[in-house]
Amino acid sequence: MRLIRELGESMTESLAGLGSVVRFLLRLVAASPRAMLRLDLISQQIYNAGALSLVIIMLSGLFVGMVLGLQGFQLLQRFGSEEALGTAATIGLVKELGPVVTALLFAGRAGTALASELGLMRATDQLSAMEMMAVDPIRRVVVPRFLGGVIAMPLLAAIFSVIGIYGAQLVGVQIMGVDAGSFWSQMRAAVGLRDINEGIVKSCIFGVTCSLIAVYEGYYATPTAEGVGRATTRTVVTSAVFILFLDYLITAAFL
Amino acid sequence: MGYAVNGNRPVFTGLDMDIPRGRITAVMGPSGTGKTTLLRLITGQVRADSGSVMVAGEELRGMRRAALYVLRRRMGMLFQNGALLTDLSVFENVAFPLREHTDLPERLIRQLVLTKLQAVGLRGAAELMPAELSGGMSRRVALARAIVMDPEILIYDEPFVGLDPISLGVILRLIRRLNDALGITSIVVSHDVQEISTVADVVFLLSGGKVVARGTPQELQSFPSEIVRQFIGGLADGPVPFHFPAPDYFGELLAREDA
Amino acid sequence: MRNSRTLDLGTGSFVLLGFAALFFLTTQTTSRGISLASPPHYDLTAKFDNIGDLKVGAPVSMSGVEMGRVTKIEFDWKEYKAAVTMRIDARYKQIPTDSDASVYTQGLLGGKFIGLTAGGAETYLKDKDQIAFTQSAFVLENLIGQFAANFMKGGGGQSDSGKSKTDAPTAAEPKSTEKSK
Repeated sequence: MRLIRELGESMTESLAGLGSVVRFLLRLVAASPRAMLRLDLISQQIYNAGALSLVIIMLSGLFVGMVLGLQGFQLLQRFGSEEALGTAATIGLVKELGPVVTALLFAGRAGTALASELGLMRATDQLSAMEMMAVDPIRRVVVPRFLGGVIAMPLLAAIFSVIGIYGAQLVGVQIMGVDAGSFWSQMRAAVGLRDINEGIVKSCIFGVTCSLIAVYEGYYATPTAEGVGRATTRTVVTSAVFILFLDYLITAAFL
Repeated sequence: MGYAVNGNRPVFTGLDMDIPRGRITAVMGPSGTGKTTLLRLITGQVRADSGSVMVAGEELRGMRRAALYVLRRRMGMLFQNGALLTDLSVFENVAFPLREHTDLPERLIRQLVLTKLQAVGLRGAAELMPAELSGGMSRRVALARAIVMDPEILIYDEPFVGLDPISLGVILRLIRRLNDALGITSIVVSHDVQEISTVADVVFLLSGGKVVARGTPQELQSFPSEIVRQFIGGLADGPVPFHFPAPDYFGELLAREDA
Repeated sequence: MRNSRTLDLGTGSFVLLGFAALFFLTTQTTSRGISLASPPHYDLTAKFDNIGDLKVGAPVSMSGVEMGRVTKIEFDWKEYKAAVTMRIDARYKQIPTDSDASVYTQGLLGGKFIGLTAGGAETYLKDKDQIAFTQSAFVLENLIGQFAANFMKGGGGQSDSGKSKTDAPTAAEPKSTEKSK
């Protein structure tokens, strides 16, 4: 009996949390027009979220692409369709691995950085000080970070996919002997703009989700050292769950 | 300008304070009586459940955010740990309110910032980052930032915590000089009885959600109240008990032996 | 502030890289890419008994040279056939009027496409013309059914409907691997 009550309580808490996050998002959106007047702040955050994540994204893209090349080749070999490796790798990367893996890595690297930055600013009263100086911290500090993440994500996912395709090509063509011409021509014939669109839409939605969760956790973190730590952990976990869940929804929607 | 505070939250019940303009007012009390909450009420970061909070003749209750922001520009606040923005230099920190609220040319901003830094004695540290400052120095920078917009009211939240005697003396002197030179109202929340008594004009003592004493530092020394005596004298036991509520001492000891 | 120059450079390079990647994905990996203006073309139609899983966008080729794409697939209720519209590049304007169109399969298990075989006529197909001679798609189940029916006729009097039913699951296999590609 108590288990049911606890379950019910945690459900209502989750519901309240979800509502809180959505309200926060609306607040961010409302503050965005004025925040966009400070392009220098936003571009600095694009640098923090995007350019600083480049190394890990490119490395991961390369390795994932190479594994895809290996596995794809092995699988297609059973059907005698090795030339379709280009298609398989591209579709796998652009539609799924690119957006999802990039989002997970983003949550781990940039998401935690955002959350801990904001959490620390909360803990050291910097946000309160700004409010006291009649500067809206949402507009000055939170929205630029949010927008930085939203803009950086699709770009990172695209870079991941492209490097991944080259990684697959490296393994498939150079190492496993798939014909380079077939690799690219079959890909071109089979991959459509719709597939690319699906990937772009996914990475945009993931960008919004991860950035939102990160800035939310940071902004509302308990102002203690362990509070900030908890906020960063929750960022990664919540982001991961939502990424995978939304991935299914969007994939189904595009079918 | 004065304040009339009459809050009614679990923190305060029937609080009635009148802070005089142009003077240094000290707010003291045992830990946990809600001194910081009082500051939050004054700055509008927290809303009173009942009663009124009036600052400079304006009622804070029911004020919309925009109006609150306008009012806050006339106030300056010094946080307990300085609360400098860590990614900006000392100069940029002090310049922050100017950049956000005014359209002043760079030349003018520079002059203003350097003047304020000079007033707190840190003009030479303008290019340092907050991480490179000592506690006392960062608090002085925060003070420069608080006065850069020439506020009418200055609020200090526990400005002496963790400072060595020299820095403490510096801050004390600055509080007094700024108050007199700029003709502003200063509110200092502290529990450093000795220190604050040297500069305060009026002292409020809070306890149990109410004002228990009001007067000049001298008056408070001989105030006919138990709690005032305990606080001023730094006595270990009195109206604020030494022992946390616990069952009978011998009873507890013996019970353990039995088990 | 601190090295705003490297900051700007870094952000700029990152954004440029990102957009270059997006551009690459949308143009180099798809066959259509961004067709802002379609080259001059004309349309031809053809009716088939069975087009299999021919899709809109499938290529139309003659002797293996791609000449156009399938743009529309509809059902003709008068003749009870599939009506396919093809968009042919204007460069290939000498397709004889008695050519035939067949639905072929790419590779062994690939998608369907339309192959044109030239006839001998001296006149050529124009915009909105219909190709008269068509050949339907090769459907695996029909072949298996045919094979089973022949087998039955030769080897005994069992009902061929039962035999073709049990063959249906195996026929479904290649179909599903096609779809999963």
